[in-house]
Amino acid sequence: MSGSKFFDEMWAQEDAARRPYASFHDWITGEDPARLRAKQREAEEVFRLTGITFNVYGRKEAEERLIPFDIVPRIISGREWQKLSRGIEQRVIAINAFLHDIYHRQEILKAGRVPREMIANNEAFLPQMMGVTPPGGIYTHIVGIDLVRTGEDEFFVLEDNARTPSGVSYMLENRETMLRMFPELFAKEKVRNVSNYPLRLQKSLAECAPYGTSGEPTVALLTPGIFNSAYFEHSFLANNMGVELVEGHDLRVVDGRVCMRTTQGYKPIDVLYRRVDDDFLDPLNFRPDSTLGVPGIFDVYRAGGVTLANAPGTGIADDKAIYSYMPDIVEFYTGEKAILQNVPTWRCSDPDALKYVLDNLEELVVKEVHGSGGYGMLVGPAASKKEVAEFRKKLQAKPSNYIAQPTLALSTVPIFTKQGLAPRHVDLRPFVLMSPQGIRITPGGLTRVAMKKGSLVVNSSQGGGTKDTWVLDD
Amino acid sequence: MLGKTGNGLFWMYRYLERAENNARLIETGQRIALTRSGAPTDEWTPVMQTTGTAASYSEKYDEVTKDTAIDWMLRDSDNPSSVRSSVEAARQNARMVRTALTAEVWGAMNGCYIDVKGALTRKVNERDLPGVLGLVRQRTALVRGATHGTMLRNDAYDFARIGTFLERADNTARILDTKYYVLLPTSAAVGSQLDNVQWETILRSVSGAAGFRMAYGQKVRPLEIVKYLILDKRMPRSLNFCCSKIRDNLGFLASDYGTKLDAHEMADNLCRRFMSHGVESIFDYGLHEYIQDVVAALNELGGQIERDYRFFE
Repeated sequence: MSGSKFFDEMWAQEDAARRPYASFHDWITGEDPARLRAKQREAEEVFRLTGITFNVYGRKEAEERLIPFDIVPRIISGREWQKLSRGIEQRVIAINAFLHDIYHRQEILKAGRVPREMIANNEAFLPQMMGVTPPGGIYTHIVGIDLVRTGEDEFFVLEDNARTPSGVSYMLENRETMLRMFPELFAKEKVRNVSNYPLRLQKSLAECAPYGTSGEPTVALLTPGIFNSAYFEHSFLANNMGVELVEGHDLRVVDGRVCMRTTQGYKPIDVLYRRVDDDFLDPLNFRPDSTLGVPGIFDVYRAGGVTLANAPGTGIADDKAIYSYMPDIVEFYTGEKAILQNVPTWRCSDPDALKYVLDNLEELVVKEVHGSGGYGMLVGPAASKKEVAEFRKKLQAKPSNYIAQPTLALSTVPIFTKQGLAPRHVDLRPFVLMSPQGIRITPGGLTRVAMKKGSLVVNSSQGGGTKDTWVLDD
Repeated sequence: MLGKTGNGLFWMYRYLERAENNARLIETGQRIALTRSGAPTDEWTPVMQTTGTAASYSEKYDEVTKDTAIDWMLRDSDNPSSVRSSVEAARQNARMVRTALTAEVWGAMNGCYIDVKGALTRKVNERDLPGVLGLVRQRTALVRGATHGTMLRNDAYDFARIGTFLERADNTARILDTKYYVLLPTSAAVGSQLDNVQWETILRSVSGAAGFRMAYGQKVRPLEIVKYLILDKRMPRSLNFCCSKIRDNLGFLASDYGTKLDAHEMADNLCRRFMSHGVESIFDYGLHEYIQDVVAALNELGGQIERDYRFFE
């Protein structure tokens, strides 16, 4: 397996499995493949029965699909994790400070470290947030930082998710499933716990309650509804936090508070963990045709009557064009060099960069600035001539809508296939919670894996799967 | 609890009960068709009348055949009360109120949906019918069992129970109403025994044949069937049983929330007005009229519960 041009996290060394995988490797090579196959099927059955599904838009028959789950865990040593989490913490602090600055004094623009037009012409910038300070000064209550690895010590941030990062329910269910199927593994490996995430989320959100909240704050989770692709996750989190799962039509502004309609009348909410996009949040302040939001909720928010998590307008920080400035942003607000590296990025709005990108399309990954979920992107080396040509036209029509990055040699981790273990490309999304009381990073995260041989696209909407992610206590 | 959650629980259990009841009705229809001797008669139109879908059936089909009737009641998605539609609707509501269900109840409901949906993907042939209907009853019973064994006795449970018993009462009333004419004492047959097929249809439709024999013996008289299905509180599908359960669960809600609402008075009135008389006075009043009044009162009560507990805006 070694000798491949990709860094394999289990087999990078010639002679033996890499250390974090050593003990697991011993175990799996001693297992009967037939038993493992049975376990794999059992895992799928658990997922199906639990209803751990996601909805695919625009396809009636495949309305609810399972995300493939692979039984080989992705293992990260304690030492590796320590470095990653320092980098993540630094980055999250910088993102939050950047948001506060952008919506107040805009020092970073005055200092010329980020060009003014990057903000002024950005769809993710929310002018209504100017001068608004969210409770506790927290904008990014929940952040997912997408990381990729290319070598022993080479980690890159691929993307910051500062709006409503999803996938945490898979992190939790994957662990539950592994615990149920292979209890013996956890008896011999010291794997750090992730299962308290919902309680920590609840606590972290409660710590962000508006000033003057008396008693235990009331937290609720706002979902677009059962047809949303992440509905399972919304109900899962609400359930495990012990809070109400509400939709827009359950809510109403009553006497300057956001209230939910209960069987005993309207009850005020202090903190709303909303999984509804900014645009749809409030038909009076944003998109007037939105039926998912609550009329007037933004006015309550501005008056300090409710906490919205994440704050509206955070999209400006995870925008893919802003991403390219992150090393500067980290340095500007923390006074330190960024611990985690950025992937080199060409902003196609810049004519020189555009020329380079057009000349090298077959080698590059091109993404929409506001895209997500792996939609609307081009993976040059994997695309056909026709696809490249079509993308070229789109790119020329609206260059500012795109950024380009080199095709990274994403690390691989084996998956369990009919033919035995086989390497597949992975990424990692750790989840970060932020409150005035501090930053909490769950030791683990969501490992997404491209199930197809050679594929670099790990998104679940594009056929990607997931793995349990172990951080070892070493 | 959110008003929406109360609504979702109420309907989840209504649809679950409906799926089970309809499976039982199909089973009964099939059984009668198989054991009947002599000239062929139409057993299926009355069955569809009982499920309230005979009219929409005749919009889709020109004639009533066994195959089309069974398929209509079992798996037609144009029929919102078909077994498949009901199970899908129950599960849809369960998804909506998942935070109010235990993991076991959700698992049982989702498993019920997956298995029933799987069994009903294709037209069910006669040989497989008993197995499929058995599956429906088993899987819905599992949800009920998980509910009974794992849910807190709080408002969520109360709404679930109220939905169950409103649907069940409605079902029993419908069965009685489609067959009320065979129970009417005619001058020739007052006090006489009913013919086998007729009473069996009725009692099997509510899984109540053995219970009836145990309580009333081998002789089957219309008066006693009516007494059994309407007034007998030992019979878990009788109107009286269902109505007192609804009243009880509303009572738990009242003490839980500390307020009595209009629905409580309405439920008390319903029980007093319809369940406290003897079976003779029901016949005196007119069986058909009586059932119509009970169904109307149950509907009204359902609407009042929706308003009192803010199921909707």
